Amino acid sequence: MSILVDENTRLLVQGMGREGRFHAEQAVDYGTRYVGGVNPGRGGGAALGRPLFNTVAGAVADTGADTSIIFVPAPFAADAICEAIDAGIGLVVCITDGIPVLDMVTVRRYMAGKDATLIGPNCPGVISPGKAKVGIMPGHIHQPGRVGVISRSGTLTYEAVAQLTARGIGQSTCVGIGGDPIGGLNFVQCLSLFEADADTDVIVLIGEIGGSAEEEAAAYIAEHVSRPVVGFIAGQSAPAGRRMGHAGAIIDGARGTAASKIAAMEENGLTVVRSPAGIGAAVADVLDGNT
Amino acid sequence: MKIHEYQAKTILREHGVPVPAGSSAASAAQARQAAETIGGERWVVKAQIHAGGRGKGGGIRRAASLAEVEQYAGQLLGSRLVTPQTGPQGQEVRQVLVEEGCDIAQELYCSLFIDRAAGQPALMLSPAGGMDIETVAADHPEKIFRTHVDVLLGLADFQVRGLVANLPVNAAVQRALAPLLQQLYGVFRAKDCSLLEVNPLILTPDDRPVVLDAKMQFDDNALFRHADVAALRDPAEEDPLEVEAAAYDLTYIKLSGNVGCIVNGAGLAMATMDVIKLGGGSPANFLDVGGAANADRVENAFRILMADPHVRAVLINVFGGILRCDVFAEGVLHAVSKVAVEVPVIVRIAGTNAEEGRRLFAESGLNFLVADDMADAAAKVSQVIHSPLPNPSLKGRGFMAQDEA
Repeated sequence: MSILVDENTRLLVQGMGREGRFHAEQAVDYGTRYVGGVNPGRGGGAALGRPLFNTVAGAVADTGADTSIIFVPAPFAADAICEAIDAGIGLVVCITDGIPVLDMVTVRRYMAGKDATLIGPNCPGVISPGKAKVGIMPGHIHQPGRVGVISRSGTLTYEAVAQLTARGIGQSTCVGIGGDPIGGLNFVQCLSLFEADADTDVIVLIGEIGGSAEEEAAAYIAEHVSRPVVGFIAGQSAPAGRRMGHAGAIIDGARGTAASKIAAMEENGLTVVRSPAGIGAAVADVLDGNT
Repeated sequence: MKIHEYQAKTILREHGVPVPAGSSAASAAQARQAAETIGGERWVVKAQIHAGGRGKGGGIRRAASLAEVEQYAGQLLGSRLVTPQTGPQGQEVRQVLVEEGCDIAQELYCSLFIDRAAGQPALMLSPAGGMDIETVAADHPEKIFRTHVDVLLGLADFQVRGLVANLPVNAAVQRALAPLLQQLYGVFRAKDCSLLEVNPLILTPDDRPVVLDAKMQFDDNALFRHADVAALRDPAEEDPLEVEAAAYDLTYIKLSGNVGCIVNGAGLAMATMDVIKLGGGSPANFLDVGGAANADRVENAFRILMADPHVRAVLINVFGGILRCDVFAEGVLHAVSKVAVEVPVIVRIAGTNAEEGRRLFAESGLNFLVADDMADAAAKVSQVIHSPLPNPSLKGRGFMAQDEA
């Protein structure tokens, strides 16, 4: 098993521009079942051998798509997310970065009560190694296995995954939930999915400064997660009041510091790694029963 | 993005929010003229810098004559104002705001912001105005009242009625406050603010609410649809290297350390700063070259790093996903051929075509210190920073060259 995406995923690509086409191609090469694309006003043709539609609703009706990945430019991305949800897409992965915060607030409000999952925005996406790749991560650094990875960043996730793979430790699913202050799937929801997955033995949680999602995740883990969790927080050396690239990565007063997140993780029984170079080794230790 | 108080008040005034009569001035003579135009007998001269805590730093002066307005404006303009938020070096005052003096019967606090945990805008109100709200929240949490705003509904009448009923004010003031709060939310929403803080929101002796101070911050991601707001940016308030970096599409934040870094991705950039620190060094910056780390961007990144005199070493940490490491390496080699780099450069690349990229660095004839992984990169940074001997700079004579000589 795995979570969110697998060999049965039927993937739609919203925003078949240069980037969308490139990543769709990569996903197909990885073995993901890609069923079509959506480009408003450009429907009717084909993209990578599959039909191109004007609307998500039309695409769902024709292809049975259940998952969509969004590359639509930031000013129009929130609308694209809502269109996908309205059309009944169950899993929406939004890669686009730079979406206005109030647009995402509106999307979240629109999603309330609807049976859909949003991942991102401003995220690398989701991969279940060997099964499906719905994202922009390099497929070749992954390896099928039993470690679940959840992260707010992109390249730092690749770094952690590469450390695991270098030690022969495979992954069940790797989820990049995105670095924006308001997004879809959060750490707690993702943890509950991994907890319910029979094929995930250990979870790696990579957080960063800003907000309180890591503290909430740590408290949730103590109560509800039976799997061992290895945690890392990026931004231990970041100053307060400066936004560290990600819109969400900012220490605001005394809140959101790496110290408070690390303390919450340790208090709740996580194995916390101080150096980002040590993530793979820490997971190996946990798997060997050394901690 | 932050703006000045006088700019925030102009926006609020345009939206019908009651603010004191006033205008900005860049010279003492202009300040006097502004006071004359405003009229009356009392004025306030307020230094315009982006940092808060101006009152504590002496940046807000009450004047009882036109001569005093001119005198205080002259003293503030061109001076460096030090407040609890500026750091010891202070911030140069380039403009002042001259306003009519207001009689204050009561000071309230009001702010609108995005509550991340709730995923909604929040409106916060307190009778403890004119004070540091973090202190109020810590010492008197019972004096803070808040409500969340459903963006599809807006700030509803019943919500503001319920909120203002908590304040120790009479019914007439409650009725006057309700539309004011809704106007503030209207501005917050219309302009894509990330923060709109009014502290204090005063009540005059005749029960009129007036916005005496206003702080507005905007969502950078939404500036594309607010050209009017984007035009209010004051580059003089920002670090010149950061302004230059933004022009090159680099996300750069200057820090006080000695190890410059060039990284792709914000999370990895923060993690790279962390390993530098763990190795006993201190990061000189945060720098994310982004997904399209092409030769131009890398060249500009080096240019900005080398403009910081504190940089004693550079660590490049790139994880090639979609970005190919060999292409990136070519970009770096091209960049260092055009920028004078006279410090050691540690390179760690991983991911797509990393082997080929490492070979390009090794065969470049330059003193790149190529690291195998992040742990090795950290060790090499530590070694360079703590070495008692002069280190091999990228192009200068280093250990190798000396040994051979």
